[in-house]
Amino acid sequence: MTELEKNIEIIKEISGSDPYKCMRCGKCTASCPAYSEMDIKPHQFASYIIRGDLEELIDSKAAWKCLSCFACIERCPRDVQPGKLVDATRQIVARQRGGDYLQPEEVPELLAEDLPQQLLVSAFRRYRR
Amino acid sequence: MQKIGVFVCHCGTNIAATVDVKKVVELVRYEPGVVFADDYMYMCSEAGQEKIIEAIKEYGLTGLVICSCSPRMHEKTFRACAEKAGLNPYMVEVANIREQCSWIHKDKEEATKKAVILARAAIAKVNLNTPLQEGESPVTKRALVIGGGIAGIQTALDIADAGYEVDIVEKEPSIGGRMSQFDKTFPTLDCASCILTPKMVEVNQHPNITLYTYSEVEKVSGYVGNFDVDIRKKARSVDFGKCTGCGECQTKGPLGKIGNIPSEFDRGLKNRPAIYMPFAQAVPAVPVIDRENCTYFKTGKCGVCAKICPSKAVDYEQQDEIVTVKYGAIVVATGFDIINLDKYGEYAYNECPDVITSIELERLMNAAGPTGGHLERMSDHKAPKEIVFIQCVGSRCDDDKGKPYCSKVCCMYTAKHAMLIKDHWPDTNITVFYIDVRTPGKNFDEFYRRAVEQYHVNYIKGQVGKVKPQPDGSIIVQAADLLDGKQINKKCDMVVLAAAIEPNPGVRKIATMLTASIDNNNFLTEAHAKLRPVESPTAGIFLSGMAQGPKDIPETVSQAGAAAVKVVGLLAKDKLKTNPCTAQCDTLLCNGCSTCANVCPYGAITYEDVQVNDHGLRETRRVAQVNVALCQGCGACTSACPSGAMDLQGFSNRQITTEVDAICR
Repeated sequence: MTELEKNIEIIKEISGSDPYKCMRCGKCTASCPAYSEMDIKPHQFASYIIRGDLEELIDSKAAWKCLSCFACIERCPRDVQPGKLVDATRQIVARQRGGDYLQPEEVPELLAEDLPQQLLVSAFRRYRR
Repeated sequence: MQKIGVFVCHCGTNIAATVDVKKVVELVRYEPGVVFADDYMYMCSEAGQEKIIEAIKEYGLTGLVICSCSPRMHEKTFRACAEKAGLNPYMVEVANIREQCSWIHKDKEEATKKAVILARAAIAKVNLNTPLQEGESPVTKRALVIGGGIAGIQTALDIADAGYEVDIVEKEPSIGGRMSQFDKTFPTLDCASCILTPKMVEVNQHPNITLYTYSEVEKVSGYVGNFDVDIRKKARSVDFGKCTGCGECQTKGPLGKIGNIPSEFDRGLKNRPAIYMPFAQAVPAVPVIDRENCTYFKTGKCGVCAKICPSKAVDYEQQDEIVTVKYGAIVVATGFDIINLDKYGEYAYNECPDVITSIELERLMNAAGPTGGHLERMSDHKAPKEIVFIQCVGSRCDDDKGKPYCSKVCCMYTAKHAMLIKDHWPDTNITVFYIDVRTPGKNFDEFYRRAVEQYHVNYIKGQVGKVKPQPDGSIIVQAADLLDGKQINKKCDMVVLAAAIEPNPGVRKIATMLTASIDNNNFLTEAHAKLRPVESPTAGIFLSGMAQGPKDIPETVSQAGAAAVKVVGLLAKDKLKTNPCTAQCDTLLCNGCSTCANVCPYGAITYEDVQVNDHGLRETRRVAQVNVALCQGCGACTSACPSGAMDLQGFSNRQITTEVDAICR
């Protein structure tokens, strides 16, 4: 298994979602409040992962512009839950940086002015310890 | 003088929204002959019909004008209603103020004006109507099915099982049609041969079914219940009675098994000898000699097959034979083919042997096919590792190259092909370029999703711009990924094209013989798209399978059964009512010029010498006679007759000119 395939497996494992179930209806992208900020749109996450374009996902702004509002997870008709794929991408990045978890002292400098509280709460929920 | 009642229908808002119905009633009330006029919400409803019956009785009406929908829709209804009240049904005229007025106009004032004019014309005509009596004609209790594919087979079996005799005419040497070429069928993936061949055998053994294979319909005359059909049984050059179907002639001929003629059944992927059965399970299992390609017929030398045949069945002297059979009903089940791809240079189909059509892929994957079921490239016989499927090749094209309609079966068979390939050769990568994936049908979408979710077939939304064969034998497919907004250059080693479906090219000739109407795409037209989907507008002609429109096997089988029921419904009758609106010849005016006989599409006009007394002058004249059993009342003779001797009952020249006068008044 190559590094890439391993990462795809990890994404599937972390997210618990199956990107192959996506039928590209676009409901996630239609629901996304951060649409204009996302360079890779929510519906594209599944196809990027299937195709193995993981580098592009990791380098994207989109993973960090997602508000974790879970609208896409709630509304996805195929139970692909794109928000979880985005979340898993973030986690891959965190793991690549060494240590699986975000240190609390790192948080303040990552905080942007316009970052919603909801994302912060979501991040702590995911990266707590 | 007639006493005419005029009834104007609102048809809910269908008419009333555009035509001022009350105003029409007021304006037609004073037309000559009209003694009663009224309107109603739904004239065809029970209450509406009651209204008509009451008025007939109360006012002693002798003629009716119903201003409503097209006579094709409800003329029968209103005629039956008049008959109930004791009026001759042919004293009813329908003025079409829906399809020909309210539905096509927007301006209420103009539409109302037109409705009044249409009503006025109908009233003028009814003034000249005379009561007509329907005749009776017998029904020949035998049906003809043209085409021996799954549609024809199923229709024939259903009719035969109901106890009526059926003949199947198939132009190929064997029945089975397209389905016999297929490998597996969606969505259950059962083997096509396994479900088809038992039906083929059943057809062959059924006491009520007669097979005419390697035969074509040559001429059709007559009418519903009484068709006369000439069938040309092409010379098979093999004696049916003697041949045992052993197959020796095909395998031990001058070229052995290989042959040198591209096999039609294997879509040219394999050769066959000149004496051949299209496939091993052919029904009947009697070969034919393809005389155009046979050395003996071309040069007079060879005759090897005759020498080999252990039962001396080969007969080079056989001639085409024409049999004439009487039928009560005819079913057209002529099926389909795929379009010619010559105009689609961008897909490199004619350029590269590894660009194939889906039907060729069916043969390549079939255990009885040219490769014994091993999927391989035609160029180097290597197994393909990267396959691209292209959807909608020629379907949904509003240009002069393709067809405007969706071929309906391609999405499903492509998902089927992809899964079958992945099942047998799991390390093959498959990409499907599509515009839309259309899977309406029971268990159809689940089937397609299985290809994506379980078999990881890569579906990309976007058409292919160009297929570029490379010098190293690979192929580059240049396409769009619309969802990611990218152009893709996909390297692969095989391309499969889902070519559009078209009706069998021979259907035009057959439809002309049957006077059955066909649409712009050569599909047979149904009598009513929703309510009479398996009947042609021509009485006694029924439709089954792809000849009517693209459909899959389950739908074809359902339609075949429906057509059979309609046929049985017709054959179960002992007598049919005949249309009394037939042509009549005024022998005093006829000069025997033969013009009418030349234009009559039904062969209903003959000539005979009669004694006439023309104003005291006795003489013998050659005059036209109409066989009312054959006449369909088309009116071609009445307009062609130079002396005005031909007249159509119910649509007399006087009635029509009076109508025109009323419109122009």
